[in-house]
Amino acid sequence: MNTELTGIVATFLLTLVIAIPLGKYLAKVFAGEKVWTDFLKPLETGIYKLSGINIKEQMNWKQQLKALLTINILWLFYGFFVLIFQDKLPFNPDGNPGMTPDLAFNTIISFVANCNLQHYSGESGVSYLTQQYVLMFLQFVSAATGIAAAVVLFKAFRDKTTTQLGNFWEFFVKAITRLLLPLSFVMALILTFNGTPASYEGKDQFISMQGDTVHVSRGPAAQMIAIKHLGTNGGGYFGVNSAHPFENPSYFTNMVELIAQVIIPIAMVIAFGYFIRRKKLAWTIFGVMTIGLFMLLIPMLSSELGGNPALAKMGISQSTGAMEGKEVRFGPAASAYWSTVTTIISTGSVNSMHDSTMPMSGTWQLLGMMINSFYGGCGVGLLNYFIYLIVAVFISGLMVGRTPEFLGHKVEAREIKIAAIITLLSPFLILAGTAIASYIFTSHGDAAWAVQPKNWLNNPGFHGFSEMLYEMTSSNANNGSGFEGLGDNNMFWNLSTGIVIFLGRFLPIIGPVAIAGLLGAKKFIPESAGTLKTDTKTFALMTFAVIIVLNALSYFPALALGPLAEYFTMLK
Amino acid sequence: MKKYIIQSIRLTLVLLVLLCVVYPITVAFIGKMSKGNGGGEKITKNGKTVGYALLGQSFTKPEYFWGRPSAVAYNAAGSGGSNKGPSNPDYLKEVQSRIDTLLKYNPGIKKSDIPADMVTASGSGLDPNISEQGARIQIQRVAKARNIDEKKVKELIAMNTLKPFMSLFGPSSVNVLKLNLALDEL
Repeated sequence: MNTELTGIVATFLLTLVIAIPLGKYLAKVFAGEKVWTDFLKPLETGIYKLSGINIKEQMNWKQQLKALLTINILWLFYGFFVLIFQDKLPFNPDGNPGMTPDLAFNTIISFVANCNLQHYSGESGVSYLTQQYVLMFLQFVSAATGIAAAVVLFKAFRDKTTTQLGNFWEFFVKAITRLLLPLSFVMALILTFNGTPASYEGKDQFISMQGDTVHVSRGPAAQMIAIKHLGTNGGGYFGVNSAHPFENPSYFTNMVELIAQVIIPIAMVIAFGYFIRRKKLAWTIFGVMTIGLFMLLIPMLSSELGGNPALAKMGISQSTGAMEGKEVRFGPAASAYWSTVTTIISTGSVNSMHDSTMPMSGTWQLLGMMINSFYGGCGVGLLNYFIYLIVAVFISGLMVGRTPEFLGHKVEAREIKIAAIITLLSPFLILAGTAIASYIFTSHGDAAWAVQPKNWLNNPGFHGFSEMLYEMTSSNANNGSGFEGLGDNNMFWNLSTGIVIFLGRFLPIIGPVAIAGLLGAKKFIPESAGTLKTDTKTFALMTFAVIIVLNALSYFPALALGPLAEYFTMLK
Repeated sequence: MKKYIIQSIRLTLVLLVLLCVVYPITVAFIGKMSKGNGGGEKITKNGKTVGYALLGQSFTKPEYFWGRPSAVAYNAAGSGGSNKGPSNPDYLKEVQSRIDTLLKYNPGIKKSDIPADMVTASGSGLDPNISEQGARIQIQRVAKARNIDEKKVKELIAMNTLKPFMSLFGPSSVNVLKLNLALDEL
């Protein structure tokens, strides 16, 4: 096996070695059992005291959501004003300008929603104050929001019948103090000692060996890159994200960043099983998700390692795979692995430019984001998967003619309605959004926006359509990566993707938490011979089938117009 | 509801101190002990900074090894890739002209010798590395321009080749800046 493939095998195995124990640890942390990090308790007590929080106060699911939404809305206002006035605020050594209102609207929603779609470039678009006090801050708290919401769902299924789902603030604070902050600290130091800048010095300047004057953007990047991966945020310090040699200096740091973004999503699945004392269920879910990962990864590897057939026709050997938009220190295999992981997990950081990947790779990237629950983002991946589970329970129940049940609670009309709305939301936002964008591109090309619609696309033909489809899909999935050729910093894209991100974030949090809250409050029915078991291989297969069928039906036509059409054109 | 608003404001303020002051400043402080003091490792020649170890820079003279094509002309204050799709006709024309340039300035090489990384733009526009094959095709040109033995140039390439991580994981690569620096020091 060549060293590029051994590299990704080692990365995946190391991920599991860290993620599985981490999951068991998290189950204990959120259940309030004894763990070795209990020495941090005084810090947490201090935070609760200063914030006027009493963690003994129990909340039902509606109160949980109220607390969650209140603090998220507060962050929206806080960040919006800092972004607009950043040129007048301190810590702006490079003298970068304030954001336009539409760009600030997009950016702040994007970061509050853990999406991190960036329509600005890190070097020239934000100040050091914004980078740290808004963007990096939100990378911590948005990840903690997702994790806390998932823990609320755990709580609903731990006891037989309950409306008391614990205290939201406690879950939220613990997600930071026991998980995100310590891991970020360690990872930021690893990055710093491997070359990533961490100091507050401003731009530097030097004369190159050939006599050119070169300006170099720097700044406290390591701190942000650590949490951007651990929190599945993905918003980079520099414009090109983790393809930038400062953000990702070597193959080693590339492995570290790849591992960091996957461990918490996997750990949350394991934690779910241990928390509700149904370990087998967690392993079944983990199994389905992992098979999903490989089904997207293997064809992606094959198309990227195979190289660009158009260049092969020109007589350039493609033995080293496709290299446009990729870095030599990572190579095509680690770049393909990254782009699979970052799209299924909603991180959205990149170490190669997705716009320049092969057409079939684009298909797998899009599918990963459309499904959005093969591991999925911090906490929210499991919430998305939960919706698929409920749909699978309902369909299986219909097939065998029994009342659908999930973990001892009857699934009835109200829950199914919520699940159906959430399931339909994604295709609606993605397809309607892309359709409106395409209409404006073709019929109103001269609209007087910062980037005129006719100049939006960096590539002609089918690939141009894929750029628009990708932008909407990435927004809805709260992923944040892009086909970056798209001219996206203008009124239309800033507002439309801002709205899509907002709905694509909060409705899929509210829905599953509501279903869990409703189910948890229902009478517990003990398991009998007639119970549909949800931790069997058969049911796992059923869930997998539901995921594939729902997504294929929703998205195949759009995929056929974009990447698939490009692929078949290139075959000619 | 009012209670949640007040709790939210207070919690946000406390977390701002913890996450945006204590955490990053501690990391920056410890980072002072790293190479380059946490500001990026610099490369100096005769006491002057001529570049950053991690950042590629533009080389166009025949006596230097060339790096990969860059969509932003190696602008370290505005990184970027080409974002060209694989079937874009303009892009394919650009690749063709890069092939022609390489063939013109590197006598003795065949089209099939050229590796993909030498005719495609990197993701960051700042890629500091090329593949070993990318260096090999330039040996003859550099040796001739500097009037030195090709064997000497080959030795320098070997010395500046970074093996896969732990010899097991990932590709090998050649750092262009360090290689050119070594050439100048001959």
